[in-house]
Amino acid sequence: MSADDSVAADATDGDAADAEPSEATAQGARDAADHPLVVENLRKTFGGITAVDDASFSVAEGSLTGLIGPNGAGKSTTFNCITGVHEPTSGRVTFHGTDITGMATHEIAQQGLVRTFQIARELPEMTVLENMMLAPKGQVGERLTNALVPGLRDRVVEQEEELLERAWQQLEFFEIDHLAEEYAGNLSGGQRKLLEMARALMTDPEVVLLDEPLAGVNPTLEEKLLDRIHELRERGNTFLLVEHDMDVIMNNCEHVIVMHQGSVLAEGTPEQVTSDERVVEAYLGGDV
Amino acid sequence: MSSPTESVDPTEDAAGDDAAAGDDGREIPGWTPYREWFRDRWSEGGATAWATALGHLLVGGVLFALVAGFDLGTLPIGGSLVWFVYLSVTVAALYVATAPPAEPYVAWLEDRWMESDVDKLLIVLGHVVVVFFVFAVALGLPFNGLMGALSSVLFFTAVYAMMVLALNLHWGYAGVFNIGIAGFMAVGVYAMAILSSPTEAGAASVPGLGLPLPIGILGGVLAAAIVGLVAALPALRLRADYFAIVTVAFSEIIRLTLNSRTLQEFTIAGVTTGTGGATGITMPGNPVRLLFYDGFGAGAEPALLGSVLFPLFRGLRIELIPPGSSWLGVVPLPAFTLDLAVQPSVISNWAYVVVLSAFVALFYVLLVRTGNSPFGRVLKAIREDEVVAKSLGKDTNRFKIVAFMFGCGLMGLGGILWQGSQGFTNPGAFRPIITFYIWVALIIGGAGSNTGSVLGGALFAGALWEGPVYVRRVVTNYVDFGSTPSTFPGAVAPFVEGEVLPFLAFLLDNVSALRFILVGVILVALMQRRPEGLLGHRKEEAAAISLTRPGGGGGGGSTTADGDAVADGGREADGDGGAR
Repeated sequence: MSADDSVAADATDGDAADAEPSEATAQGARDAADHPLVVENLRKTFGGITAVDDASFSVAEGSLTGLIGPNGAGKSTTFNCITGVHEPTSGRVTFHGTDITGMATHEIAQQGLVRTFQIARELPEMTVLENMMLAPKGQVGERLTNALVPGLRDRVVEQEEELLERAWQQLEFFEIDHLAEEYAGNLSGGQRKLLEMARALMTDPEVVLLDEPLAGVNPTLEEKLLDRIHELRERGNTFLLVEHDMDVIMNNCEHVIVMHQGSVLAEGTPEQVTSDERVVEAYLGGDV
Repeated sequence: MSSPTESVDPTEDAAGDDAAAGDDGREIPGWTPYREWFRDRWSEGGATAWATALGHLLVGGVLFALVAGFDLGTLPIGGSLVWFVYLSVTVAALYVATAPPAEPYVAWLEDRWMESDVDKLLIVLGHVVVVFFVFAVALGLPFNGLMGALSSVLFFTAVYAMMVLALNLHWGYAGVFNIGIAGFMAVGVYAMAILSSPTEAGAASVPGLGLPLPIGILGGVLAAAIVGLVAALPALRLRADYFAIVTVAFSEIIRLTLNSRTLQEFTIAGVTTGTGGATGITMPGNPVRLLFYDGFGAGAEPALLGSVLFPLFRGLRIELIPPGSSWLGVVPLPAFTLDLAVQPSVISNWAYVVVLSAFVALFYVLLVRTGNSPFGRVLKAIREDEVVAKSLGKDTNRFKIVAFMFGCGLMGLGGILWQGSQGFTNPGAFRPIITFYIWVALIIGGAGSNTGSVLGGALFAGALWEGPVYVRRVVTNYVDFGSTPSTFPGAVAPFVEGEVLPFLAFLLDNVSALRFILVGVILVALMQRRPEGLLGHRKEEAAAISLTRPGGGGGGGSTTADGDAVADGGREADGDGGAR
């Protein structure tokens, strides 16, 4: 891994808005080895409102990191800045040492950083299998010529067969294989959440950003989803989990980041965070 | 042989000709016993039923001939279609009479409809052909006229099918709201005309570049695709409805540019060419004509296929009953000749229809392959939710631009095959109304389905485009309306006073214009009752392979205990199962 080189190269680009470039770079270089996702001094303003205010954190490889905070703390905006939906006003996001700040959403996804949505966004008039088969990277049939020209199409068909097998395995893993040929729009809310996560995993991501995957999910299904997440983590995936439910975060994450009013309030193990005065105040006392 | 149903009065079906008095409301002496006798015969089924029905039909035919004032000795129907009609009606009536009419037919239709896409196409085209056959018969058209009418309706079926297929890629797959189709057609047609028209100027037209026709057609397709790119690059950043406004404006800019005097004739690098302005532009001759003639001019002689087929079809008359024959030497029979003569122009029109059908098949295959591939899958995902496609790493702009250019190129090709077949075109042929007609055809057929696109083209061409004109011809053929009012007030005034005929005459006289209203009414009804169109909502999985479990160990049977039910999933699967 040439993380240090690329970080150094990026730093010379001179991010004008970066307040303390040298310190941030040092932090980035240290984290890049075992922290694939690093967010430094991230700032996002909408008009006069500062949604994210100088947030810095990193996500360790193979971890299940929780991102919590009261409503309006800037969690979703942070997500959107990381995944390229919004362009940050200033600050830097690096993924494996590569500066991905301001990259297009699809480019970031192709690097292996994939998100799910707070409100499940299935593709309603496509079947569950179509949803799944859409996701994988590097499909040769996504070039029109390969899809049309008889000789080239053989390769497409071959790859489709492999992808189909993978899609079935993934659906079985999430126990929604019985719905494979159903329109995604006919699924229940919880099934959509499962589909969304299964679909994100079809892209072979390194890091998955889960935006409230448990919102609106019944307790049985919640248990199942968490089991899946733990199992996938053991297989090497990294998760950053935004969640409102403190219990879920505290019982499942080994590292917790607390955001409040746009910046990182506290960071650490669940025990450290819960014993932090400021966190308790932000959640219980302060202006939520 | 089925027994009569209680609801259907069999006499009505069996002998429509002489059952005119059989109205339930009135008491006719002797009617009830007759009806009971008929029902008894009828319920015996088999030969008895057939004989009864046939007897009634023969009696009806004789009565009809008498009423119509024919002299039975010299029935003047040999060689015309009336005999043919009577026989067809007899057979049809017997079919209807021997089975309760609607139910088996509808059931048969539904079975076939579910069978395959080819059956769907055959059913729709079959009905169009039958309806136009009836029109031709009702108009007393000779066989040549029938074939002419059919070639016309099939021509429009084919060109609409091609355009709708191309539009379906834009709207049905990618969800790109293109209402500038006419503009992209115009680009294709004009580019082809300029590239391939002869270099020396004719009397009425501007000179072209004189390149071979295949290069002209290829150039036209590429030009349409490139203009599509030009339109797409800035416009695809816009949301669907704003994009629609851009495309319709773009199409009008193209039409008005072609219409303007500025580009009527210009010289670049010593080569003079132009768009011909409002007077239009001549196009290279239709190569299909060269299969039949030795040139394009009016004085061209038949050649190749023409020299064989023209004489063959011109004299194609089959004497079924020669003049002077009689039955058993006693009863004189009328001479009957089956007149199947077809004029050369109709033959070459049919040849062009065959060529167009091949192109429809090409469009269909190309678009099915496009749709059933990872490429088509991404397009569908863009239609459903572009943000999701992006978040899964798809460069949606690239897909949208490629799909848009591909569709525009096909629209250019469709335009060339449509307008380019006539030898001459002008900007008036590319008004936005053409775009809307293509949209209507797509909505009828069902956006998202390639088969539906072809069906939509056929139904639009048959039922909405050519059909009303023939209805007018048939009605005016049988009803004399006297003088037709020329203004709407002139038609409404007598209507208020209780005179309906002038109003009807006015409506029929303006049927070409009233097609707009008909199209509107059909659209409103469709939006109310079946917004997804004929085949719009069925599952056509976007994949290069069938998406079933490899090895057959279907996941369909397994269930999980999470308690989440699929909302009416079973019904949905049943409804679509047969359609695949």
